Amino acid sequence: MSTGLVSAAYVAAAILFILSLGGLSGQESAKRAVWYGIAGMALAVGATVFGPGIGNYAVIAVMLVIGSAIGWYVAKTVAMTEMPQLVAALHSFVGLAAVFIGFNADLELTRVLALDEAARSGLTGFAGVLAHKSGVEIAILRVEVFLGVFIGAVTFTGSVIAFGKLAGKVDGKARKLPGGHGLNAGAALLSLVLLVLYVNGAGIWALVAMTLLAFFIGYHLIMGIGGADMPVVVSMLNSYSGWAAAAIGFTLGNDLLIVTGALVGSSGAILSYIMCKAMNRSFISVILGGFGATTGPVMAIAGEQIAIDADGVAAALDEADSVVIVPGYGMAVAQAQQSVSELTRRLRAKGKDVRFAIHPVAGRLPGHMNVLLAEAKVPYDIVLEMDEINEDFPETDVVIVIGSNDIVNPAAQEDPNSPIAGMPVLEVWKAKQVFVSKRGQGTGYSGIENPLFYKDNTRMFYGDAKASIDLLVQAI
Amino acid sequence: MKIGVLRESFEGESRVGMTPDSSIQLQKLGHSCVIEAGAGEKAGFSDAAYTAVGAEIVRSAQAVFEATDVVVKVRPPRDAEVSHLRQGQTLISFFYPAQNGDLLEQARERGATVIAMDMVPRISRAQKMDALSSMANIAGYRAVIEAGNHFGRFFTGQVTAAGKVPPAKVLVVGAGVAGLAAIGTATSLGAITYAFDVRPEVAEQIESMGAQFVFLDFEAAQDGAATGGYAAPSSPEFREKQLAKFRELAPEIDIVITTALIPGRPAPKLWTADMVQAMKTGSVIVDLAAERGGNCDLTVPDEKVVTDNGVTIVGYTDFPSRMAAQASTLYANNIRHMLTDLTPNKDGMVVHNMDDDVIRGATVTHQGAITYPPPPPKIQAIATRPKEKVRELTPEEKRAGEAAAFKAQTRTQVGLLVAGGLLIALVGAYAPGSFMAHFIVFALACFVGFQVIWGVSHSLHTPLMAVTNAISGIVVLGALLQVGSGHWLVVALASLSFLIATINVVGGFLVTRRMLAMFQKS
Repeated sequence: MSTGLVSAAYVAAAILFILSLGGLSGQESAKRAVWYGIAGMALAVGATVFGPGIGNYAVIAVMLVIGSAIGWYVAKTVAMTEMPQLVAALHSFVGLAAVFIGFNADLELTRVLALDEAARSGLTGFAGVLAHKSGVEIAILRVEVFLGVFIGAVTFTGSVIAFGKLAGKVDGKARKLPGGHGLNAGAALLSLVLLVLYVNGAGIWALVAMTLLAFFIGYHLIMGIGGADMPVVVSMLNSYSGWAAAAIGFTLGNDLLIVTGALVGSSGAILSYIMCKAMNRSFISVILGGFGATTGPVMAIAGEQIAIDADGVAAALDEADSVVIVPGYGMAVAQAQQSVSELTRRLRAKGKDVRFAIHPVAGRLPGHMNVLLAEAKVPYDIVLEMDEINEDFPETDVVIVIGSNDIVNPAAQEDPNSPIAGMPVLEVWKAKQVFVSKRGQGTGYSGIENPLFYKDNTRMFYGDAKASIDLLVQAI
Repeated sequence: MKIGVLRESFEGESRVGMTPDSSIQLQKLGHSCVIEAGAGEKAGFSDAAYTAVGAEIVRSAQAVFEATDVVVKVRPPRDAEVSHLRQGQTLISFFYPAQNGDLLEQARERGATVIAMDMVPRISRAQKMDALSSMANIAGYRAVIEAGNHFGRFFTGQVTAAGKVPPAKVLVVGAGVAGLAAIGTATSLGAITYAFDVRPEVAEQIESMGAQFVFLDFEAAQDGAATGGYAAPSSPEFREKQLAKFRELAPEIDIVITTALIPGRPAPKLWTADMVQAMKTGSVIVDLAAERGGNCDLTVPDEKVVTDNGVTIVGYTDFPSRMAAQASTLYANNIRHMLTDLTPNKDGMVVHNMDDDVIRGATVTHQGAITYPPPPPKIQAIATRPKEKVRELTPEEKRAGEAAAFKAQTRTQVGLLVAGGLLIALVGAYAPGSFMAHFIVFALACFVGFQVIWGVSHSLHTPLMAVTNAISGIVVLGALLQVGSGHWLVVALASLSFLIATINVVGGFLVTRRMLAMFQKS
């Protein structure tokens, strides 16, 4: 295949990728959009493999088979509640691949530069591209390599830690080494120094040293962020993996890589922005970890939490006409989505208006709850966003909160000293009755007391979410 | 302390500031009551009734002044009465400090404290001592009764064997307390009642009383709630509109009851001579604003006049006094509540707390100083504040607003473009052409990405992440390009990255497909 044809295939692939992302604007068109993405990827890989300057086809074939098999197996077996971990793990792969490719570029460059003029002109493929670079171009190439490796390395360790936290293998709380962000800043500064050295021909040791520093930054950065901020972390790493790909594209002079990397990078950036907005926090404060400092004593909460059993909730549901269910991470942890779906089916069969209210940061991944509910066959047209449903709470008879806490915390609106003051929340307390399914008394993931639990119209339905909802399904 | 009640010296005034009932209540507060002989006579409370509840009767007004610490009356005091006041004595009555500047000055000179019942602020807590409202309520009722007295026909429409009688049409101008009371009385008598007020937010109250709100199509309607629940003067244009509407209504209206007053100003002229001319013979106008000049041009205060075309204009100023027993009971209760607030410990000791909004508002002289006008009350008026009215923008304003927003947007966009352009120019100045070619692609791709991603539905954010994950596996291309290298390490690393990137691509796409297949419509 000639270079021209390869370029044509790249153009087609880029367009298919854009269509693929654009198609996600609706549930139905999304199903077609995935195929655009798959077609684009097949086209890009095919054109590259059969394009000029590629060798070692046997290795490619073997790796393709192994990689596909692993990918297929993982995709088939992953539980929907484990989606956040899977996404984080996949990000780390992109990061690691970017690091390897960056190193390769450096090795290749060293090799090419060592060759004499005659040997250089005989080179093809990537080496051939390198061989024709001028002095300035080589300097720029080094910057690109350096950036690609840096972003890739941060993405790699960051994603590994995020994976660990989401899978429960690493403690989910925000943790920092003594020195805090000073360490990160120092490492970044040191990397900058190494960049200057590397561009001036310091050799591969500078690249290796920087990679270690970047590994540290990725590790430490994500260790310092925890709890409810994880959706931002995941989308941020998504963005990084894109930028890493784009940097690699610059290194290799490959426009498709640049386009795709930029698409993914901006997608992740926008997702992070949406998540931050939903928590009323700035991106910087999320990155710096922990909730912002409080400005005064937090309002004392009067009253007590009143418990209720399944029969009580069932009786209230029986009389209710409109029911809103607010799921949170607790539902995912307890794997309660099937039970919730069954509950929904029964209530709907009785002619009640059942809807779901999803806060943008519910769960540990943007859109996490939607996927879980979809898995449990809850129709997506009764699953509503915060802005769509918030006005309806005063007319709602019963709200069932399942395993969410901060996203229904009235302190965000009532207490200016609360750490989450100003965060948009679902105004469930305006409903006539609220039932909160919760494992026990105690604060949520972020450790903030929730006045909702003490309100007059709130009843606490203690117990494991799945067991509680199952009891409820039987009682109805 | 001793509380004394004066007999009203004003001609025709029948009310009294204390009833035997309120006297009992005052004594429970620890006060003792002194009353001028014959003070309650005209209101139907005999001296004997007062003595029966333990009040002391004294012969003259002077004796009351001498014997007591707090003097209570209804009408503003006359000069002679003020001159009896002594240092530290308190006078509680209607006072109208805005009109009675001289009287105020005299009271100040005497060193007396004056609490003006007409200055009680209009806040929820003070409603029980709002004598203006309690008197206005009586006046409104009485106005309809007086009108009926001079109106020689039925209020209600009747179909009898002897023929059909149309219902009377009543127009109430000004829907304050008096106006609303008049509306209630007129509608319960069966009249068709219309009502008008400059404050559009009272339309609801008017309709709740059973009258029709006379709607005036005028944009800059004032927000009466801002002036403590009272009306404020209206613009000349508004007045013209209003008069035109009245002129249109005049020929069909049988009874007009005007209650329009603006605090501290002469009554606005709303019912002009030509409107009176246009009315039917036998119609009645009751002008509740007569004391302050009247809302009708032809009103003669304190008198009833009949015009050439047979329209009766009632200008009495003593409507509450015409129902003296009840008016006195209500007024005495207002006074009693005021004294309850002044006696916080219920020990017969008057504590004049100038930090209290109500007491501060009503006090016009205190300790040798004039304390009128009071500072605005800390709490807002009780008048139902319309839900934060969002003012309808005129089309011009809207257009101007849009133009301004557009300009601002243009400015930021142009600013960003210029900054971005400069940055790119800076890069271009140093970087070689081959780099710039890629850079263009990169910038455009970022742009496209931003445009496309905003459209992604919230519920599909997880699939979006999965699919972007899969396509970020495009780094396989990088691995592919390097795998043909001659260096063994390069080949090894490239194959490894190809492997993991492939996992990414395949896993990402398959998991996205799995997720999307789950989304189902009900």
